[in-house]
Amino acid sequence: MTTEPILTVKKLSVVFPDSNGGLHALDDISFEASPRDFICFLGPSGSGKTTLLRILASLLKPTAGEIGFLHNQKPQIGMVFQQSNLMPWRSVMDNIKLPLELDGVDEVNARGKTQEMIDLVGLNGFEDSWPRDLSGGMAQRVAIARALIHDPDLLLLDEPFASLDAMTRERMWMELSRIWHARQKTVIMVTHSINESLFLADRVLVLTQRPGQIKLDLKVDLPRPRNDDIRYTPHFGKLARKLREAIE
Amino acid sequence: MNNNLLRTFHPSTAKRNRTWLRLLSLGLGLACWQVTSVFSGMEVFILPPPLAVWSRLVVAVQDGSLFRDIGVTLSEVVLGLIVGVTFATVLGYSVAKSRALEQVLSPYLVASQAIPIVAIAPLLVLWFGYGMFSKVLICALIVFFPVLINTIVGIRAVPQAFYDLMDSLRATRRQILLKVEIPAALPIFLGGLRIGATLSVIGAVVGELVGSKYGLGNLINRARVGYDMPMVYVAVFMLIFLALGLYGIVARVEKKLLRWQEQK
Ligand SMILES: Nc1ncnc2c1ncn2[C@@H]1O[C@H](COP(=O)(O)OP(=O)(O)OP(=O)(O)O)[C@@H](O)[C@H]1O
Ligand SMILES: [Mg+2]
Repeated sequence: MTTEPILTVKKLSVVFPDSNGGLHALDDISFEASPRDFICFLGPSGSGKTTLLRILASLLKPTAGEIGFLHNQKPQIGMVFQQSNLMPWRSVMDNIKLPLELDGVDEVNARGKTQEMIDLVGLNGFEDSWPRDLSGGMAQRVAIARALIHDPDLLLLDEPFASLDAMTRERMWMELSRIWHARQKTVIMVTHSINESLFLADRVLVLTQRPGQIKLDLKVDLPRPRNDDIRYTPHFGKLARKLREAIE
Repeated sequence: MNNNLLRTFHPSTAKRNRTWLRLLSLGLGLACWQVTSVFSGMEVFILPPPLAVWSRLVVAVQDGSLFRDIGVTLSEVVLGLIVGVTFATVLGYSVAKSRALEQVLSPYLVASQAIPIVAIAPLLVLWFGYGMFSKVLICALIVFFPVLINTIVGIRAVPQAFYDLMDSLRATRRQILLKVEIPAALPIFLGGLRIGATLSVIGAVVGELVGSKYGLGNLINRARVGYDMPMVYVAVFMLIFLALGLYGIVARVEKKLLRWQEQK
């Protein structure tokens, strides 16, 4: 079965202007993502992962190369930023509801949907809390809920689980897998965790030190649904070793 | 005994204590004033005792003359605030958004700040007459600058991350203005408004002192010329209450709108 890619990235390069000739952040990045693909980017700090996501979200123009979308139409995007990026003047409920407000969904409907999302990320009872009163992990869960609420086609996740404790993180992995499976989304996620990438992704792309280039494109052919036990299978171990070697 | 300690440190008790302390301090101040003016041998004409001021106030309230002047000054102050804040906000937002506009306007903006309004008040009164209009103009001018600066600073301080978020959701300019820029700039803007409200009162009085028909500043002049010193004091106190009242309203609005901010 071949599906047209929802996203095509060709020979992408990014150079940030600076005093000595420019800072080369990304170099010659090419890849495709099919609808329903779950792609993880692994790479050392400063390898341009965040930069890549910003380009995919059209927040930044590449210096060279191009990005094509299916039917030349920019998909609806849900983005989780590396910092939770919540608006301090909005309650938890109102932060999550924001994308629906922007889409002009009526208030009653929006509140209903938001409440469901709050249940999903386990923040019941905190609907009316201010962001300043949340822990880092809770704030990040609000950000994740906000990225999912408007049912986007393309999810861009920048280390969304980095600040969560191990238990919550693994619960969020399961939830994300479930949502991804149920809602047919394309996910592009940046992470530092090999386990996380193998648990979630169909493909893991490893970036080199700056300037970031694709060093390894690893297909993760582990059966789904994946649960905890998968980590103790020999195949998981083999894939993990490959990734570790690529990262050095 | 433990019980007592706890009660002492209960917040509401502490608050009540503070209120008492304030009233006590106020009472002591008035008492000092009364004693000084009675026993220092100074002419009543120079330092009338507080009780004399109080009876003058009662008379002025009873014959209603005070309200006309308060009304005029209050209208000037409020109209000036509205005009000044409107212009300052619109211009401040435009300047914050456009470096080019800032370059073009900055010499005038800096110069306008350097002009002491007190010094040009006579000119404005000369040009625009003894009526309320010249005072509204002075108030607007004096309010303009702090509000302008705080609008610019407030809008410039909006974190880029929020623009990124809104752009990733393909928000419109209007949505960005309403849902990010205004709420994010509000704390700094309201700080400017608080200063502006107090300055506006000063602007109105200066204008009225220079030349006017009515108003508290005019009342001060009238009373002074008529050697009615207690009335001068009445007018001064009315001005203080006016400024405090406006300040209080802005502070209250601030408290309500900025509930999300960390309590200090
Ligand atoms: N707007 C910018 N202007 C100049 N340089 C930038 C800008 N954004 C990123 N860079 C530089 O580009 C490089 C890549 O940054 P990026 O944030 O994409 O890295 P990253 O892979 O996300 O790192 P981390 O894992 O630490 O989040 C860094 O060296 C950074 O300093
Ligand atoms: Mg990053």
